[in-house]
Amino acid sequence: MRNITKIYPNGVLADNDVTFEVRAGEIHALVGENGAGKSTLMKILYGMERPTSGQIFLRGKPVTIHTPHEAIALGIGMVHQNFMLVPSFTIAENIVLGAEPLRGAFVDKRAAIAATTRLAQQYGLTVDPEAIVDAVPVGMRQRVEILKALYRGADVLILDEPTAVLTPQETHELFTAIRQLVNAGKTVIFISHKLREVMEISDRISVMRDARMVGTIDKRDADEHLLAKMMVGREVFLNIEKPPVQRGPVVLKVRNLEYATEAGVEALKHVSFNVYAGEILGIAGVEGNGQTELVEVIAGLRAPLSGVIELDGKSIAGLTPRGVRQAGVAHIPEDRLTNGVALASSIQENLIVDRYEREPFTRGGLMRPAEIERNAEALIEQYAIRAPDGTLPVGSLSGGNMQKVVVARELSSRPKLLIAAQPTRGVDIGATEFMHEQLVKARNAGVAILLVSADLSEVMSLSDRLAVMHDGRIVAIFPDTRGLTEEEVGLYMLGTKTMTQAEIERNW
Amino acid sequence: MEQALQVIFSATFIAAVLRVTTPILLPALGGLIAELGGVANIALEGIMLTAACAGVLISIATQSEWLGLLAGVAMGVLMALVLAFFHLNLKADIILAAIAINILASGGTIFVVFLLTGDKGSTSALVSKQMPFVEIPIIKDIPLIGPIVSGQNLLTYVAFIAVALVSVFLYRTRAGIHLRAVGENLEAARSVGINVRAQQYLALALSGLLAALGGVYLSMGYVKFFARDMTAGRGFIALAAIFLGGKTPLGTMIAALVFGAAEALSVQLGNLRVPNQLVQMIPYVATLVALVVYALVQRQRAIARQRKFRQTQAV
Repeated sequence: MRNITKIYPNGVLADNDVTFEVRAGEIHALVGENGAGKSTLMKILYGMERPTSGQIFLRGKPVTIHTPHEAIALGIGMVHQNFMLVPSFTIAENIVLGAEPLRGAFVDKRAAIAATTRLAQQYGLTVDPEAIVDAVPVGMRQRVEILKALYRGADVLILDEPTAVLTPQETHELFTAIRQLVNAGKTVIFISHKLREVMEISDRISVMRDARMVGTIDKRDADEHLLAKMMVGREVFLNIEKPPVQRGPVVLKVRNLEYATEAGVEALKHVSFNVYAGEILGIAGVEGNGQTELVEVIAGLRAPLSGVIELDGKSIAGLTPRGVRQAGVAHIPEDRLTNGVALASSIQENLIVDRYEREPFTRGGLMRPAEIERNAEALIEQYAIRAPDGTLPVGSLSGGNMQKVVVARELSSRPKLLIAAQPTRGVDIGATEFMHEQLVKARNAGVAILLVSADLSEVMSLSDRLAVMHDGRIVAIFPDTRGLTEEEVGLYMLGTKTMTQAEIERNW
Repeated sequence: MEQALQVIFSATFIAAVLRVTTPILLPALGGLIAELGGVANIALEGIMLTAACAGVLISIATQSEWLGLLAGVAMGVLMALVLAFFHLNLKADIILAAIAINILASGGTIFVVFLLTGDKGSTSALVSKQMPFVEIPIIKDIPLIGPIVSGQNLLTYVAFIAVALVSVFLYRTRAGIHLRAVGENLEAARSVGINVRAQQYLALALSGLLAALGGVYLSMGYVKFFARDMTAGRGFIALAAIFLGGKTPLGTMIAALVFGAAEALSVQLGNLRVPNQLVQMIPYVATLVALVVYALVQRQRAIARQRKFRQTQAV
């Protein structure tokens, strides 16, 4: 792809004179922050967008690609970030969709199943051809997407952030499959902003920033730090700098908290801990060991079975989410898109959703647009939310900027306790760095912070103290995260090691 | 009461059920195709009405039932294409566009009838044609079954044969599979090179065709004239049948038969000493009750699914 420029009709310059070259049979990672232009570049290659100028060459020959159909005919396949599958169809039906084998006037389902089985075996991508897509796990759905491209004869496979939805185990399986594909002679373009994965899987790496190609380097010459610098355009602090903890009084006190789902599955078992003013208490653990339930019970979104939850000595157990918030708790929910923001509402509205009924936003039962606008403008500036103005729907923002809206709202409510659940999930490096800064700033200002993150290195470097959850219990509390290794914490996460009750209580 | 039971358990009654099911089943199958194509067509009522009207008027003019049928179907497909154009090309909300078509059909048909005949109520003063009734040899002589299966209107047979045809189309042909893919995940269909708009035009055109057959049956089979608002909500009952039938052709047919039975009952009971107004409510009350039952069953299933899911989780 030579000298590709793309200007969207609304004037946004997505790609500026980008030249990108992939060799046959390599795994080529394309990295860059959200909005750097990598997705647009790939959409041009796949015929979903037309370049404003520039030329694409395939095996040395200039080609024009105007539709995905033409891209497929040229042997280019794309696996989209949000899967393009029909949920009620079987896996085989999805794989042959649009190019079904026929027998007479009818679609030959048996041939579709046979073709699926053959491809799956050939490339080591295990799927159940006759299973309904809706009923299979995410990892298998992704394999279906890859098989779909292979069925259409793809030699070049574009994978758009394929690991964003996968667990570590599934990511591992995917990488094995990718290597197998390359061994079979395919070429893979791997879009990501997870640098660790990029370093693990790719042969060469191209970095984009602000619609330009910064450069292409061999993996041998790259490390995470260099890539981050190329992506952001300045020195990035992957390590978090924070002054020594100034621990204040207990803000949140949780004792013997128990919670069970409606079906009677115990999700929290005698959970006890404190969070002190001016500290970050991290909760580490493999996802699904009670972290989500713990956060939602404290935030008032689920009612506990029994136990004590006190904020500044006053019980907040059983209060409504609004009651909990008014008591001084802010909550950055883990599922940003459904619980963090209202996608169709404006940035302005999202920023006051927890306080719209109070002064100064409402007076005499009427809302005051001027105040709402002023509030939004101030927060957009303070939290560096990249948006032209506050009337835009939140859904039009990138993941990182959406999260900034959530953080701006939560921190501007001046909480005593901030619960941050997966605060940097799906946001790019620049925004991640910003989130970390904000959390540390709030901590330094005396806010008590409960941080839950599936990213072990994040939770370990941000937290002052670290609790580990396994199977609904707190199995360890480390009074100091300095000197702690991931391997050590990992043993507790897996449940291999457990601190004694006395040890845990000492570190409450 | 005894009289009522005698009415229900008779061959005449079952034959009547098939007769009154026809103008529900045909639009329901059409609506099913549109629904699965992701373009819910609530203009079935209006399409039926215009088709019924066009059919009768052309058959009066030409004295040919076949030209009447052709005109009715053409009119129905045209109305569906108008809806498709408003929704797919002009990006109008499909519900609003469909409401407009229903209102237009209600007023427009009677306006045209008045212009041409001077009558604001119906065309019954004029001689129009009727689609043929078919006596099936051999079968017509079998006791019990004969009077039910044989001697129905041609379009009644078409309706029940259409159930099988629609089934094969939706699940076995490439066009049908593409249509369902579009209805369920438009982007997925687009990404594999399926022409999404063409599929949705096809879905709406087919729904117009089937609804039109239902309309023509009403005015040129069930009776032999066009009357103001003669569809009487059948286009909407058809929509209920689609959902009640779990959005499958066979289910839709069964649901349509349930509604047909309710209507046949109201017709038969009208001959007995039951208040007329009460009897006329039966098909509509049956629709409401059916939808409530449907909602409850769905909820029970959802709860059962959840419980099963949690159990597997717990293990």
